[in-house]
Amino acid sequence: MVAIDDYGHYETAWCPGCGNHSILEAVKKALAASQRKPHEVLFVSGIGQAAKAPHYLNANVFNGLHGRSLPVATGAKLANPELTVIAESGDGCNYGEGGNHFLAAIRRNIDITLLVHNNQVYGLTKGQASPTSLEGFVTKAQPEGVPSAPFNPTEVAVAMQAGFVARGFSGMINHLSDVIQQGIAHRGFAMIDILQPCVSFNKINTFTWYEKRCYDLSAVYDPTNWEAAMKVACEWGDKIPIGIIYRNERPPFEDHFPVLSQGPLSGRDVDRLTLKKIMERYG
Amino acid sequence: MGDDTLNILIGGSAGQGLVTLGQLLAKSLVRAGYSILVTQSYQSRIRGGHNTFAIRAGAEKIIAPREPVDVLVALDSDTVTLHQRELSSDGHIVLDATLVADSDFLLKVPFKELAQNKFSNIVALGVVGFLAGLSEGLMAKALDDFFGKKNANVALENKRALASAITWAAKHTKSGLKLPSIPNTSPRLMMNGNEAIALGALSVGIKFSAFYPMTPSTSINLNLTAHAKQMGLIVEQAEDEIAAINMAIGASFAGAPSMVATSGGGFALMVEGVSLAAMTETPLVVVVAQRPGPATGLPTRTEQADLEFVLYAGHGEFPRAIFAPGTVEECFHLTRRAFDLAERYQGPMFLLTDQFLADSYRTVIPFDVEKLPSVPVSTETAETTMYARYAVTESGISPRLLPGMTEHLVVADSDEHTEQGHITEDLSMRRQMVEKRLRKEKGIRTEVIPPDMEGEAQPDLLLVSWGSSKGAVLEAASHMRSNGARIATLHFSQVWPLIPDQFLKYLQDARQVISIESNATGQLAQLIRRETGFEIKKKVLRYDGLPITPESILRELNR
Repeated sequence: MVAIDDYGHYETAWCPGCGNHSILEAVKKALAASQRKPHEVLFVSGIGQAAKAPHYLNANVFNGLHGRSLPVATGAKLANPELTVIAESGDGCNYGEGGNHFLAAIRRNIDITLLVHNNQVYGLTKGQASPTSLEGFVTKAQPEGVPSAPFNPTEVAVAMQAGFVARGFSGMINHLSDVIQQGIAHRGFAMIDILQPCVSFNKINTFTWYEKRCYDLSAVYDPTNWEAAMKVACEWGDKIPIGIIYRNERPPFEDHFPVLSQGPLSGRDVDRLTLKKIMERYG
Repeated sequence: MGDDTLNILIGGSAGQGLVTLGQLLAKSLVRAGYSILVTQSYQSRIRGGHNTFAIRAGAEKIIAPREPVDVLVALDSDTVTLHQRELSSDGHIVLDATLVADSDFLLKVPFKELAQNKFSNIVALGVVGFLAGLSEGLMAKALDDFFGKKNANVALENKRALASAITWAAKHTKSGLKLPSIPNTSPRLMMNGNEAIALGALSVGIKFSAFYPMTPSTSINLNLTAHAKQMGLIVEQAEDEIAAINMAIGASFAGAPSMVATSGGGFALMVEGVSLAAMTETPLVVVVAQRPGPATGLPTRTEQADLEFVLYAGHGEFPRAIFAPGTVEECFHLTRRAFDLAERYQGPMFLLTDQFLADSYRTVIPFDVEKLPSVPVSTETAETTMYARYAVTESGISPRLLPGMTEHLVVADSDEHTEQGHITEDLSMRRQMVEKRLRKEKGIRTEVIPPDMEGEAQPDLLLVSWGSSKGAVLEAASHMRSNGARIATLHFSQVWPLIPDQFLKYLQDARQVISIESNATGQLAQLIRRETGFEIKKKVLRYDGLPITPESILRELNR
């Protein structure tokens, strides 16, 4: 039996009241509920306050470059398909710096769970706009207000028919934990956008702002209906849907590589007889 | 530089089957026992333009390209205009009967009549092959192998064209261009630099590669892809070079020996990843097949101008090794060595080639792939209760476990980290980690390949070179030696780290030292000065996008 405590308790570098604390709790809960042992799990993160999260639990960790958690996670998953691979980083990391990798990961549908801490602002660099900041959001870097339209990750992911698209809210830990658990269980790319307040730099999208707007997609909602999911994915304003917005059963990327059916790539001998035959073709 | 080799230059526009003709002819020559060296020059376009495929063949080992052309195969009139002046005194032109050229040795072939307008390149193969003394059977076999069993009908049509070309040539040619016949030899391979890198990587146990296509590196990845299923590796075309190197780092972290291959522009995008591999101490082999820059430069030509770029690529300080193969065989062996070093020293190691070597087919003796060892990927199992991925050690090398393979947790971080891999701002730990990483260079320095010194001790003239110009420099030196010069060559196939004890004395003992490089600033010469204080004052530099040839060196030296 895996218990939440197996994932440990650590002091963090986060501000008191930051949504990251609740997300960390929800992640640990989901891992325990998924019965994954710490050494079976690999967290890959980028840079930013969210990307520090894997340091605060027991698991294998690769804390890489800003924007590049998905490519590292993809390489690691392909080298060892037995690992439960979770990429975890912020909105700037995944939708800004790493935007191309986000699109490619959806296309590949590799069996990775992506957790995006989305607070609509850059926290670690002290309060510039992020790709999800609302139009008109005023910061020191955008003193006249953000001139660009916000990026809606769920809309893009559903439009591209990603394997699993969900949204959670750090203020609803049990709900979030359940969504993460389902994302981990999903065979394919599971994208979970997690709304969270930034108590230091986002005075607009506060805990109360989210709490008033977030509503749980009801039990009768069918996330396999793509047209309906497109509508829900676009919903953003007075009401913001949370839960599993869309899912399908596209075969995961790994299934295209028969070599992976035998498990990890490491420790396999070079087939020297085959290699010799390959070489002789140059003769 | 008269010699007993045969230099065949095939010219035409893209889409005329020029490379196919070149490969079939080259393969037939290799199978007949000859040593060959191919130089490919092409434009960055899919159709049209002017491309050449030059084959120098001979009975003795060929190490460099040659400029004077013995047989010019002109598939279009541009080829005649552009290359007629390169013909040697008794050089032949093989061309279509409808084209015009001025030469005493003109062979006007009725391509259309013999080829039914379809197989002009195969007719040319038949004629040139006949002139070179190749048997019809050998060339027909090359056609069969090229088209395979699936396209047996196409092969048959091509063989008919070949046969009629040979019959025509037998009737209309008398001159003997024939190469000396060769007694049966042991099996030989025809392989270019990129193919040898891919084969070297397969032999050493590569398990992962990701790439974004970029000339002239792409065929390394395509060769790996072609054998991926059989050899149990994964090759992924990534969304960009940044993704490619980060994927390779992720795969390597999880235990798959990994490589990325690209050219200058793609490598520029990978540079942050190089630093990441160094900081996280993840083994990684990076191949940079150089082409002329800056920016997009001359995409399909050759240059050696990224030595300084690769040497300094990546922010922060960390050890690395840079190999610069001078031959196709070295492409194979140095790739293996780069994997070995990357794995043992846990970091990025580099292979620096260029378009000339990448595309240059050569005759190669088969490698002993059955006996060569694989790279030693960590199979350690830490017995202790506390595992520390970055334990501070005397060698700087820490015990490496693979995530998920033991109950120990493996934590890697691009931030400065503790021995356990967790992010830290403890500044005394920072000092220890910097020193630990740099200590690895001490080990790397103990196994640097010394430069090749050939020729007289204390020579009047010492030629210094690196990478793909090896053969051209050796041949130029040998030519000057035969004219009485006291000359030696110093060639580097590993360009970093440089160990002055291995070569400084040679520089000091020579009356004059000249560096020969395919760039405009003499990058190796500058690096040697930085490391030894020795200034190489005279440089012979080529930066027009074409490879260094023995003739190009002699022209400059005689100026």
